[in-house]
Amino acid sequence: MSNYSEMWSSLGLNLEAHDQLLKVLPPTYHDVYLTQPNRPKNMEYFDFVVNEIHGLRIQELQEHKKAGGKVIGAFCVFVPEEIVRAAGGICIGLCSGIDIGTAEAEQVLPRNICPLIKSFMGFKLAKICPYFESCDLVVGETTCDGKKKAFEILNDYVPVHVMETPQMKKGRDRDLWLEEVKDFARLVEETTGNQISAATLARSINEVNGKRRALRRLADLRKCDPAPISGKDSLLIEQIAMYDDVERFTARVNQLCDELEQRVQAGEGVFPAKTPRVIVTGTPMAIPNWKVPHIIETSGAVIVAEELCTGLRYFENEVAEDATGLDNMLENVAARYMGINCAVFTPNPGRLEKLVQLVKEYNAGGVIHCTLSFCDPYAVEANRVEKMLKQEGIPLLKIETGYDQEDAGQLKTRIEAFVEMLK
Amino acid sequence: MYAGIDIGSRTIGFVALAGDRVLLTALEDTGHEPLDTARKLLNQKYARVVATGYGRHSAKSDFAHDVITEIKAHALGAAYLYPGVRTVLDIGGQDTKVILLNDRGSVTDFQMNDRCSAGTGKFLEVMAGALGYTGVGEFGEEALKGKRGIKISNMCTVFAESEAVSLLHRGAGREDIALALHVSVVERTAGMLQRVGYKTPLVFTGGVANNRCIVTLLAEKLGVEVIVPPQPQLVGALGAALAAATTAAAQ
Ligand code: SF4
Ligand code: SF4
Repeated sequence: MSNYSEMWSSLGLNLEAHDQLLKVLPPTYHDVYLTQPNRPKNMEYFDFVVNEIHGLRIQELQEHKKAGGKVIGAFCVFVPEEIVRAAGGICIGLCSGIDIGTAEAEQVLPRNICPLIKSFMGFKLAKICPYFESCDLVVGETTCDGKKKAFEILNDYVPVHVMETPQMKKGRDRDLWLEEVKDFARLVEETTGNQISAATLARSINEVNGKRRALRRLADLRKCDPAPISGKDSLLIEQIAMYDDVERFTARVNQLCDELEQRVQAGEGVFPAKTPRVIVTGTPMAIPNWKVPHIIETSGAVIVAEELCTGLRYFENEVAEDATGLDNMLENVAARYMGINCAVFTPNPGRLEKLVQLVKEYNAGGVIHCTLSFCDPYAVEANRVEKMLKQEGIPLLKIETGYDQEDAGQLKTRIEAFVEMLK
Repeated sequence: MYAGIDIGSRTIGFVALAGDRVLLTALEDTGHEPLDTARKLLNQKYARVVATGYGRHSAKSDFAHDVITEIKAHALGAAYLYPGVRTVLDIGGQDTKVILLNDRGSVTDFQMNDRCSAGTGKFLEVMAGALGYTGVGEFGEEALKGKRGIKISNMCTVFAESEAVSLLHRGAGREDIALALHVSVVERTAGMLQRVGYKTPLVFTGGVANNRCIVTLLAEKLGVEVIVPPQPQLVGALGAALAAATTAAAQ
């Protein structure tokens, strides 16, 4: 990484703590990513992006800001990126996939709370994340109780706009969500000082759909046996999707897919044909949380799909592009997001049906359900998943784990045993 | 000849097979240099060596041809000794496992305890020490003489230990406390078996299966026969040896 210290200190980062973070990342990345066999050549771009995660991309954001642009950060895939882009803003996902700033976070949060929440609070309080520090506005939501209440605290340190995400999917919930989307559009206009027009919104809908389509193309290629790309690499791409430049990212994913198509034609893969195939489902895995996927793919299985918010839930439905007026377009935007099968909804049958469908489509032998510790929505919904999969005769392994590595040995045994069962 | 080696946290089990006949067995303390101990046990030439246990991966980078998990190893071993077994309960030094098998002897589901040592061999060892017994063997035998009536409310090793010690100070009988501690392990284990929906025949393996008090209480609690193989600590190594023999045959 080139020297970005000046930029980092101008962002007000705590350089010492930030250095520590940068020191942990490269060895982890090397061990988890660069040692994989038969990686597609086009992963180079994504390796580069990770390498420049706090460098070049932050510089781009700063240049955007210097030119008068705004940066808006989000914690959930419910926040409509189209709207931010239509007003000339950049929308980024605030990752929170690592144990950091824990001591600071625990001064304001209970100890027994999900590591994702603790992580974003820690990032902010310890001033370690240049993305966070680049944000003009941060958008929260009322998905789970922990996040909802944590945003009140976070608001002491950075302005947080909270969108009310519904808990059910009835008509009145959809109406509520549409209102929230409209309010958000107004707020984004205020923040950026730019009007959203039918033309700018149509364009951004098209661009973000393009990103989703590229990611779906990638997902579809993974239906092949042997899998042309590892689950870890796919997850990484899905994680990067949330903060990289939309058009460049889309082009690079498509370029990678071209290569993967050739591989599929040649019958080449990252692992031999007939390697046990699994689907991962559960709480999102924010970058750089690669813990469970790494154990899975070093235990003789390949991950063929992620039913996660850092996965299919992020790109599986598109915003309909048939509207002409601004109001209709906003309706289409709101409707697309209500299709997300997050465990905060009750009931959430869509997720269960989707899983069964995925197992068939991707020819998977089993499902691994991963819940972050203290994440009630997914931990409790695991029971519904178990019931459904049992009924369908699909093997399931349930895992609950945090960001620490203490349980890595035990997880490895359980995952290996599950893979032995699938063979 | 094929060998299976089970590198556990407390002991290393070793089994050598000729065809499917057991030739040699050995059991050693793991000690500080598990790989050295393991290499000494493997002092002959074997066509194939399969390792299992928590040390399996370091064994693979050293001398083993292949590895299998403890779960598969115990299932294979138990099914060889008791064809038709449907559930294997394995309680070792650090963890407790429940393994379900179908009628063809393949694993269909399994459960492991979470990160803590509550209810494992380690738990019993700490408690034996706290009550001043010379070892887990004596602890179990003495517990059989205890009277019911005391209840240990903590499952966490640290808290249960101080609970046991304070009971002792308050004048409760040592054997009675010992029994109560065994009861608490059995309740936890029975709960785990019931959650998974265990079936009979049930085979109990691992070091803790040598504890007569646990076996008796468990059979009472579940109301089923609890089958304990003659050398329950070697079942994992036996399973690994069987895996070595079958993979070799398949190649
Ligand atoms: S799991 Fe639910 S709350 Fe979390 S990012 Fe996904 S949609 Fe949002
Ligand atoms: S992982 Fe679970 S508990 Fe944590 S923020 Fe997401 S939904 Fe909430």
